[in-house]
Amino acid sequence: MTQRSLLEVEDLRVRFHLRTGLVEAVRGVSFKVGKERLGIVGESGSGKSQTARALLGLTPPPGEVLANRLTFDGIDLLAASRRTLRALRGGRMAMVMQDPKYSLNPVMTLGAQMVETYLAHTRAGIREAKEKALAMLEAVRLRDPERVFSLYPHEASGGMGQRAMIAMMLITDPDFLIADEPTSALDVTVQQEVLRILDALVDERGMGLIFISHDLRLVSSFCDRVLVMYGGKVMEELATGNLSDAQHPYTRGLMNCLPAISGSAHPLPTLERDPEWAR
Amino acid sequence: MIDIKDLSIVFGSGRLRVEAVKGLDFHVEEGEAFGLVGESGSGKSTVLRAICGLAPIARGSISINGNKVTEPRGRQFYSTVQMVFQDPYGSLHPRQTIDRILSEPLSIHGQRDQDLRIVAALEEVGLGPAYRFRYPHQLSGGQRQRVAIARALILNPKIVLLDEPTSALDASVQAEILNLLERLRTERGLTYILVSHDLAVVTHLCRRLLVMRNGEMAELTDSSTLRRGQPASAYTRELIRATQGFARAKALSAVPRRICGKAADPLNSAEHMHSGGKNTRPRSP
Ligand SMILES: Nc1ncnc2c1ncn2[C@@H]1O[C@H](COP(=O)(O)OP(=O)(O)OP(=O)(O)O)[C@@H](O)[C@H]1O
Ligand SMILES: Nc1ncnc2c1ncn2[C@@H]1O[C@H](COP(=O)(O)OP(=O)(O)OP(=O)(O)O)[C@@H](O)[C@H]1O
Ligand SMILES: [Mg+2]
Ligand SMILES: [Mg+2]
Repeated sequence: MTQRSLLEVEDLRVRFHLRTGLVEAVRGVSFKVGKERLGIVGESGSGKSQTARALLGLTPPPGEVLANRLTFDGIDLLAASRRTLRALRGGRMAMVMQDPKYSLNPVMTLGAQMVETYLAHTRAGIREAKEKALAMLEAVRLRDPERVFSLYPHEASGGMGQRAMIAMMLITDPDFLIADEPTSALDVTVQQEVLRILDALVDERGMGLIFISHDLRLVSSFCDRVLVMYGGKVMEELATGNLSDAQHPYTRGLMNCLPAISGSAHPLPTLERDPEWAR
Repeated sequence: MIDIKDLSIVFGSGRLRVEAVKGLDFHVEEGEAFGLVGESGSGKSTVLRAICGLAPIARGSISINGNKVTEPRGRQFYSTVQMVFQDPYGSLHPRQTIDRILSEPLSIHGQRDQDLRIVAALEEVGLGPAYRFRYPHQLSGGQRQRVAIARALILNPKIVLLDEPTSALDASVQAEILNLLERLRTERGLTYILVSHDLAVVTHLCRRLLVMRNGEMAELTDSSTLRRGQPASAYTRELIRATQGFARAKALSAVPRRICGKAADPLNSAEHMHSGGKNTRPRSP
C-alpha cells in the first residue's frame, strides 16, 4: 500500500495487573492499515481482541495500554480526550464485537438500537432511520427484517445476533471498521454475502477494514494482508492467498489440524507448541 | 437414549409469533454422536434448549432413557444431561471465578476431589492453572468457550448437548477439543448432539446427522453420504455446494477483485450481488 495509512500502530502493549499476577495480553504489536482489508488470525488467547479494543479505547479496566504511536487519520488516539474518542467510535470508526449478543443493550430491541445509533450520528429523522435500519437488516440476508427489528438481543439466534450487529455498525457508514470474528456463527452461504458487503465497502467507499478471525483459510482468501498472532505478538505477515508461503511453524501446522468433509484422520493431528514461539 | 417426538416450540404472539420448531422427530442411540445442522435461525439451539427445559414446548414429547422428562428438570436430569451453550458469555456467571463456576456443580452433586478435578478439567480443554481464578470477562472469547465445555464435562454426564462448541477456536485448539469429545465417546460411551455450521466438523464426529430448515427436518442423512456429495434434499446439496463454492471463490480472488458492481451505495451493491451471487454460484458437477 503506497497510499496514506488510516491507522498506524507502533509497539502496542496491553497489560492487566491482576491480583493473581501480570497478564501481558499484547506485547509490542506494530502495523499500518490503509483503505484495505487487513486480516488478523491467531491462536485463541493470542491477543487479537485486546489489540482491537485498544485501538478504540475500549480496553477494560484495569487494563493498561502503552504504545509509541497510535493514530487514526492523523489523530493521536492515546492523547485524544474521551469526548473525541466517543465521537469517533460508532461514527467514523466502528467495531463489531466478538460476543455480539452481550455487547448489545439487553433491554432495547435490535431495531431501536440501530435507529438510536443512526440518529446519534446523522441528522436524519426517525422515519428515515427506521427505513435505513430495515434495509441494512435485509442486506445482511436476514429473512424477516421486520421481525428481527422488533426482537431483543436474547430472542435472536446466534447468527441473527451477529448479522444484526454488523448491520448496526455499518449503518453510520464508518471510514474504518474493526470486525472481531464477525461471521463465526454463520454458515458458508450467508458468510459469503456478508463478506461481499464488506468487500464492496472497501473497494467502493474506501473503508479501512481489520478483519479478525480464527479461520486462516477464510482470512487469507478474503484479506489483502494477514497478520498471524501468537502469544501477544505478531509472528509473521502473509500476502493474500499465499498460505503456502507461511514460514512460522504455528501457521504451517494449522491447516493440518482442520477436519475435511472428504474425511480426515482420527484423532486429528494437533500442534506441538514450542515455548520458544512465545518468547 | 434421547427420543424426540412431534416436538413443536412457539415463541411470541401476533405479528411476532414464530414456530421455531415444527413437529420434529428424532432418536439418538446410547453412545452415538448425532449431528444437527441447518441454516441460521432454523431452530437448532431451540431444540437443545428444549431438551434442557429452557424453551416453551407447545406440543410433543422428550424422553431420556425411555422416561419422559419432568417439569422442572431436577437434579437427576442434570447429572445425566449437560449443555454447552452457543453464547458462553451469557451462560457463565459474571461474578463467579472460573474456579467457582467449575466447583459449584461438583458441590451440588456432592462430589469429592474438587481441586484435582478442576485442574484436570481445565487441562483437558487446554487451559493452565493460571486461568483458574479469573472471571469470565478476563478471558478471551475462545477461552470462555473452553470453560463452558469444561463445566459441562466435569460431572461426567452421560449426555452432552453441544451448541457450536468450537465456533470461536482456531484450528489447533479445535482439533484438541474434537479429539477430546471423540475420546470421551469411545472410552466412556458419552452420547452427544452436536450443532455446528461447519459440515466438516460435524461429519468428522458424527455418523448420522439431521438437517433442519425453517424449524422442520429437511433430511436425515449420514456422513458417508455427504462425503460422496449425494444428500437427498436440495437444501443439503446447496449447503455442500456452498462449502465448495467457498473454495472456488478463493481461487477467484487471485483474479481481479472487482466482482461487485459500481454502485456507490453499499446497500444497492449488496442487493445487486444477491442476484448476481445466486446466478453465478458455480454448480457442482
Ligand atoms: N480483562 C482481562 N483481564 C486479564 N486478562 C485478560 C483480560 N481480557 C483478556 N485477557 C487475556 O489476554 C489474552 C488475550 O486475549 P484476547 O481476548 O485478545 O484473545 P484473542 O486472540 O481475541 O482470543 P480468542 O480467539 O479466543 O477470542 C488472553 O490470554 C486473555 O486471557
Ligand atoms: N426467546 C425467544 N423469543 C423469541 N424468539 C425466539 C426466542 N428464542 C429463539 N427464537 C426464535 O426461534 C428461531 C430459531 O432460533 P434458534 O436460536 O433455535 O436458531 P439456530 O438454528 O440455533 O440459529 P443459529 O445458527 O443462528 O444459532 C429464530 O427465529 C429465533 O428468533
Ligand atoms: Mg477474541
Ligand atoms: Mg443457535
